[in-house]
Formats: sequence, structure tokens, C-alpha cells
Amino acid sequence: MMFRMIMRRLGIGVVTLWVVSLLMFAGTEILPGDVAEIMLGQEATPESLAALRGKLGLDKPAALRYLEWLGDMATFDLGLSLAGHSGTGGGGATIEVLIGARLQNTLLLSSIVAAISVPLSVTLGLLAAMFPTSLYDRTVTFTTLCLVAVPEFFIATMLVLILAVQLQWLPSIATMTDFESVWDMLRSLSLPILTLCFVLLAQMSRMTRAAVLNVMSSPYIEMAILKGVPRRRIILRHALFNAIGPIVNIIALNLAYLVSGVVIVEVIFAFPGLAKLMVDGVQVRDMPLVQACGMIFCATYVVLILISDIASIVSNPRLRHPK
Amino acid sequence: MTESVAKVAAPGTVVGTQFEELPDAPPKRKLKFTPVGKVAISIVCFWLVIVVIGPWISPYHEADLIADDSFTPSGEYCSEWEEGMCSFHVLGTDYLGRDVLSRIIYGARTTIGVSFAATVLAYIIGVIFGIAAAVGGSKLDMGLSRVNDAFISIPHIMMGLVIIAAVGSTIPILIVTAGCIYATTVFRISRALALDVMVSDFVESARARGEGLWWIIRREILPNIAMPLATDFGLRLVFIILFISSLSFLGLGVQPPDSDWGSMVKENLQGLVYGSLSPIAPAIAIATLTISINLIVDDVSAHAGGRLAKRML
Repeated sequence: MMFRMIMRRLGIGVVTLWVVSLLMFAGTEILPGDVAEIMLGQEATPESLAALRGKLGLDKPAALRYLEWLGDMATFDLGLSLAGHSGTGGGGATIEVLIGARLQNTLLLSSIVAAISVPLSVTLGLLAAMFPTSLYDRTVTFTTLCLVAVPEFFIATMLVLILAVQLQWLPSIATMTDFESVWDMLRSLSLPILTLCFVLLAQMSRMTRAAVLNVMSSPYIEMAILKGVPRRRIILRHALFNAIGPIVNIIALNLAYLVSGVVIVEVIFAFPGLAKLMVDGVQVRDMPLVQACGMIFCATYVVLILISDIASIVSNPRLRHPK
Repeated sequence: MTESVAKVAAPGTVVGTQFEELPDAPPKRKLKFTPVGKVAISIVCFWLVIVVIGPWISPYHEADLIADDSFTPSGEYCSEWEEGMCSFHVLGTDYLGRDVLSRIIYGARTTIGVSFAATVLAYIIGVIFGIAAAVGGSKLDMGLSRVNDAFISIPHIMMGLVIIAAVGSTIPILIVTAGCIYATTVFRISRALALDVMVSDFVESARARGEGLWWIIRREILPNIAMPLATDFGLRLVFIILFISSLSFLGLGVQPPDSDWGSMVKENLQGLVYGSLSPIAPAIAIATLTISINLIVDDVSAHAGGRLAKRML
């Protein structure tokens, strides 16, 4: 039964990805003019346009081009970028080359953030749930509410102001070149890491607290309280195990959130990551590049949401054995 | 315990007016705000007043180039080129020498106006489709819900980036984009709320009486889902303000010469190094507004027990 539910969820995931790809492809179709016109710009003559369209396969019907594009995406043949990002001028750099190193940088940044913020925020949220309405709990709730409500760039500007401008402890720009040591790299990345950690910490600890409190209000916990089990034992022995499912769900959801959080942070700190590449692509309307980056981000997001759903199916006996 | 109270109290206004005289009428619960909530309300009111009377109280126009230097500190500024040309800037000037305070006052109109319009649009689309899915039978519900699921699983900012890459960025496009993106969440919430009402006994008896679908929607569903949706409206507004200022911050939202809080932070970012207030003041403006709305929503939903909206974030 559980297997069937997971397969069903996987199926929905695949359909979602397919719809996403349709939307991404539709993006280029609604552009006035086509890729060939944009590439040639001023030098467009009817003949050269026709020639380039033939070369790029733009003379075929849209449905066929969509299938080809989908096939290319699936085999990581991402095609050509319109603008010459790597100095080739007039377009023609392959998108794989542009994306390759950038993707690594973004992955590095997000994995460091995840490694720091996940354990920390689960602990914070758990402690807040253990002592509800205590001063500690109220401080955490209020601080995280404020942090959740402000934009990422607010946190980033404040951190730059305090740590980079006033105290001059950390660099305000995150470059990714020539590190002498791991320490050097961490120092250079510290501000983007800190910003993202703050955002994730706030959301994740709030959600963890809510999940544990939710379990705490169930009848068997009430039974344990009435039996006289000490509070710490109730939380660690009874509540925590039943909250693991929701907590895994929360972690996956928040890592999926990183996908959008990373956009702002990479732009602020001029970090050479995938999201910065995509935003640059949007500014010059380099649709093939935007599509490729967008597909990577959306696929990551869909997969993480999928993991969070499967985690909640696996961890919930009622979902595992539906009546 | 709070759950059951909430179920009675949420449609409180309707119940209260009809059965007030009855001896066992539920006690009227007055909405009470915590001290923090009161401060939050006054901050939001302050910004609303600014939105209305902004252009009349603003010391300069948003586009006036006053100072010759960029990032002059707060205080009096006197031109080096012309004798006796002095002006006073509470928050200093920005990277082009424009008065920061005036730009924040004008920007309040753009930021709050655009976000509010987008939220209203999201509600119109989301509630109409949500109720349609709830009352229109299982086939329509399946169809709408599956499409919605697909849209909801694209990160909002990615969707915004792709749309703006394709069609460019003007204020109407921004409103429609944000409205459509956030309509997906509104759809989910209003569908769930309306489905709850549809299976209740009073709808069943209304049907047995022979009331039409439209009557049921107007007299039973809408009054019962209005309160939780109103609480959610505040939260949604916060998310849309954050979304639009983030796009503006990326240079893809509100375009110059219009001033907008998000783009003000971006264009003055290099002033941070000189200790200028120009990037910080608009960021603080956004933060005060969004935190306050959030605090108010917290108070109101604690009163109404409207946990649903929060659960479905």
C-alpha cells in the first residue's frame, strides 16, 4: 500500500516537471520575435534570418521543437547561450560551459548552509517546544517572526553594515577565486552563508516548534502527563519519535526554499553561482539560458518537495496503512 | 479546546446578529489586541496615511536632483557651486543626490499600492476558482486542483523571473504576475474552507429547502469563509510585498524613475560603504510594514482561531 502511494506521488512529481517544462518553453514562444531575430539584431536580413532559423531548427512547428528541447534537456545538451557570457561575443557559448562551475559554487554554498542551519534550528525549535511560554520560547517566537517577515536583502544589508562596514571583520563580496586554504574560502563565503542561515533558522525553528507542540496536544501525551511521566521524558521518549516525520518534512521543505533564497543572496554578494547567472540572463533576456537555469532550479525544488511528501508518507502509520 | 471555540466564533458576526436575543446565545467575544499588536496597528496606519497624503507632505519631489554629490549624510547640505543654495535632508541623499526621505514617501505609494492591487487580484482569481472547485463537482475539482498543484510547485521567484524575462517589466505586468502566482495559494485555502462548509448540515438543509447553488454560495459559503480568508489576506499581502520588493531589488521589478523601496535598496547599495542611510532606510521601511502586518495577523488569528491559513502556508 505504501509502495503504491509512493509510486503515485512519484507519478505526480513527473507530471509536475512536465508542466514546468511546458511553462518554460511557453516563455520563449510568447516573446515578440524569435531567437534568430534577437541573435542577429541589427544585421537581420530576410535571407540570414531564414538561414539561421534553418540552422537552429526554428522553422519547424512549435510542438516538434518542444519535444526536441525536452530531449536535449533530458540528455543535458543545454544548447547555446544567446549572449556571449564568456567573451565570445555575439552569442554561441554553450550553456553547459556557463553553468558547470556556477552550479558547483551554488551547491557548495547551499550545502554549507544546510549543514549549519538544519541541526541548529531543529534544536532551537525543540527547546522552544519543551518550555512553551517560557521567556526563552517567547524570545525565539518573536525573533523568528520578525526574521520571517523581512526580505532576505534586509538581513543581508544589515549584516554587511555591521560585520563588513562597521567592524570590518568580513569581506562584503563573495568571490570564488584563488583560495589558499579552506579557511580562506569560508571567510569569503561567510556573509552569504550567515544571511541564508538566518532566514532558514527562523523558518525551520518556527515550524519545528509548531510540529512538536502539535504532537504534544495529542491524547496519548495527555495520558503520559496524567500518568506522571516527567516532562523531559515525555518529549524525548514519546513526542520526538512521532514528530520525526513532520520534522523531516520541514527540513526538505526549507531546503527547497533555499532554491529561491539563494537568488537574492547571490546577487547581493556578487557570488558567481547559478542564480546570479540566471538573473543576468533575465536582464539581457537570454531565454535559452534562463530556461536551462530555471529547469535546474525547478527540478531541484520539485524533487525536494517530493522527498518531503514521501517522508511524511513513510513516517505516518495512518498513511502507510490506509483503511 | 480552542478549536471548538473557534468553530463557534469564526462565523460569529452572522450568528451574533441573528440569535442575539436568545438566552443561550454565545457570549460576544471582543477582539482584543496585545500591546505589541496595538503598536503594530499604529505603524500600519502610519504607512497608510503616508500613502494617502504622501505627495503633499514630502519635502521634495521623488525625482528632484538636489545635491551635486551622491550619498550626502543626513543634515543640511550646501552646494559647492552656488552660494546660498542650501537644502535640508533628514535622511541624506541617494546615489544621484535625490532626497531619500521624499523617495521613501513616494515609494510607499508604489510598493504598497502595487502589492495591494496584486493581493486583491490574487484573491479575486483564487476565491472564484476555489469556490468553483468546491461546489462544482469532483471532476472540476480534480482538474483545477491538479493544474494548481503543478503551478504551486514552481518556486515563486523562479516563475516571476521567467515571466519577466519573457514579457519585460512594467507595473501592470508586475501586478498580474504577482497576482496570478499567489492566486495558487489562495485557491488552495478557499477551496479547503469552502469544502468544509459544503459538507455541513446547514448547507444540506438549505439544499433540501430547494435553495439554488448561487444562493448557497452567497448566503452560506461566503459569510462562513470570510473571516479566515481576511486573516490570510494580511499574510498574503506580506508575501507579495516581499516578492515585489525582491524582484525590484534584483532590478526586475518597478523600474526607474518610479521610486520603490526594493529598488531603492538596490540602487543605493554601494552607499553602505560610506555609512549612508539611503540603502538602510527603505529596507527598514519594508521591515516595519511587514513585521507589523504579521503581528496583527497573529493577534487576529489567535482571536478567531484561524489556524487553517497558517497551516497551509
